[in-house]
Amino acid sequence: MTTNLVDIRNLSVRFTGARTVHAINDLTLTLQQGETLALLGESGSGKSVTLKTLLRLLPPKRTQIDGAIEVNGTDVLTLSGRKLQAYRGEEVSMVFQEPGLALDPVYTVGDQIAEAVMRHKRISKVEAISTALDMLRRVRIPSPERRLKNYPHELSGGMLQRVMIALALACRPRLLLADEPTTALDATVQIQILLLLRDLQKEFGMGVIFVTHDIGVAVEVSERIAVMYAGQIVEEGTTREIIKDPRHPYTRGLLAANLHDAARGARLNAIPGAPPALETRPDACSFAPRCPLAEDRCRAALPPVHVPNARRRVACIHANAPLAVG
Amino acid sequence: MTAIDPLDMPVTEAGKGYWSGVGARLIRDPLTLICMSVIALLILSAIFAPWLGLGDPYKGSMIARLKPIGTPGHILGTDEQGRDMLARLIYGGRLTLFIGLTPVVLAFFIGGTLGIVAGYAGGWVNTLIMRTVDVFFAFPSVLLAIAISGALGAGIVNSLVSLTIVFIPPLTRVAEAVTSGVRALDYIDAARASGASALTVIRVHVIGNVLSPIFVYATSLTSVCMILAAGLSFLGIGVRPPEPEWGLMLNTLRSAIYVNPWLSALPGLMIFITSLCLNLLSDGVRSAMNVRD
Repeated sequence: MTTNLVDIRNLSVRFTGARTVHAINDLTLTLQQGETLALLGESGSGKSVTLKTLLRLLPPKRTQIDGAIEVNGTDVLTLSGRKLQAYRGEEVSMVFQEPGLALDPVYTVGDQIAEAVMRHKRISKVEAISTALDMLRRVRIPSPERRLKNYPHELSGGMLQRVMIALALACRPRLLLADEPTTALDATVQIQILLLLRDLQKEFGMGVIFVTHDIGVAVEVSERIAVMYAGQIVEEGTTREIIKDPRHPYTRGLLAANLHDAARGARLNAIPGAPPALETRPDACSFAPRCPLAEDRCRAALPPVHVPNARRRVACIHANAPLAVG
Repeated sequence: MTAIDPLDMPVTEAGKGYWSGVGARLIRDPLTLICMSVIALLILSAIFAPWLGLGDPYKGSMIARLKPIGTPGHILGTDEQGRDMLARLIYGGRLTLFIGLTPVVLAFFIGGTLGIVAGYAGGWVNTLIMRTVDVFFAFPSVLLAIAISGALGAGIVNSLVSLTIVFIPPLTRVAEAVTSGVRALDYIDAARASGASALTVIRVHVIGNVLSPIFVYATSLTSVCMILAAGLSFLGIGVRPPEPEWGLMLNTLRSAIYVNPWLSALPGLMIFITSLCLNLLSDGVRSAMNVRD
């Protein structure tokens, strides 16, 4: 068995301050080298917090982190100073949701990529610029020589996201975190970026954690899917397993809430209710209030985690019983 | 309908440097250019005053007092002690511009630094700096300048100190507001995510983005500062006679306003032209430095 590139064990993240929020509760997740995992969930389910925790980007004063995170054998939670800076960018890097906001408006894109490269590799500015040029070619930006000298506001959203990807990959990280990289783009550009990410993932052989709330996108890019709800992973498995054989009522609900087979004029399928506020640490199934199959024991204690096979998990009491479509 | 590949779309402005873009926009703005020339002319004539063949700005004459504008030998007339007005106005530009601009430059560095530190650090550092600054906002700027100058006593250095203190709070506040806005933006997180140290983030991404708004605000303060400086001299707590300085000249010529009103208005006219040009120039620079338009 290959060793895990990412190994998150019993991670809990709590934001303290005026209001306490239990953003992540007992999350366990593994990712193997060269694997693409989609982290699927709605807003506030803790997807982005998981990514930011992996990069240690959360404000330390207001965040309480428990559990363990190892990336490529490094204990991420104890990193500090130069080691943390080397880890960010060299081992792991991130593509942000809004490429227009994630690039500094006052520097050219070439300078920004070159700066990121020079930060990690002892090379001259000229070499760094040629690396930047090479990266722009790899993300298939036409006439990259001219684009190097463009400011972010001079480029379109799709182009900016390509630049962002070039920036993230410039130091050849082992792990790429993508935080809804296509949400801010329009549909035609979305597909181009997804295909590009998939190609680059194969080319560079890196692990990718892809956060999205769009199940279609998740299916498009990933081999595995982890479904998050209220700061927990409720179901995890290969993309095929999740799509063909969803076991958790929440996953079923997500799959049913699909526009493709909706009849014209009929009400769209949706999951009733709203996710919980997470002000206290959940001590029962978080989904129970919205679940069509909820029973008394769902509300009494945390659901057991069923493990049908090695890397498949379902946190539901009904997971083993084949259930009627909810 | 032909599909256009969004990647092949032409780009409006292909790779030009930032400053060449600013220069190009400035050249297309005649008003700003005129103001820039006027300010440049004033500064140059003030610097090179001794070589312009002017009369002695200190040498008076009992007979040739309050001569009107256009008197042979004294193109702009003479003041109440018979000193050549043209010479005094040009020499006066030295002190007036020096006292008018230096405090803003000093306050730009001090206030800018304080504001960036407060805005980036947040927490108690922010509270400490900003609440201290707020104390100064309790006083109107003119009153504050007069109070500090009065306490320190008249003199050029004391005027500089008091005016610098007056302009630190507004610049700190602007710098803090801009910095805390920039700090929350994604590209700061993105820079940290790609391994930038806190120092790099401040040096490259924060300063790069906050400098131009702070700078533009500072240029808009120069005209205010000049008027305040002239005001201090007018009130007798700035430059002392017989030094030529526009505010002071305005004061000493006050008594001559019924004898020769145009003459007494000249220093005021200089103050007016200079501050107007500084204001228009700062507007022009602001629009030229705005990358996103």
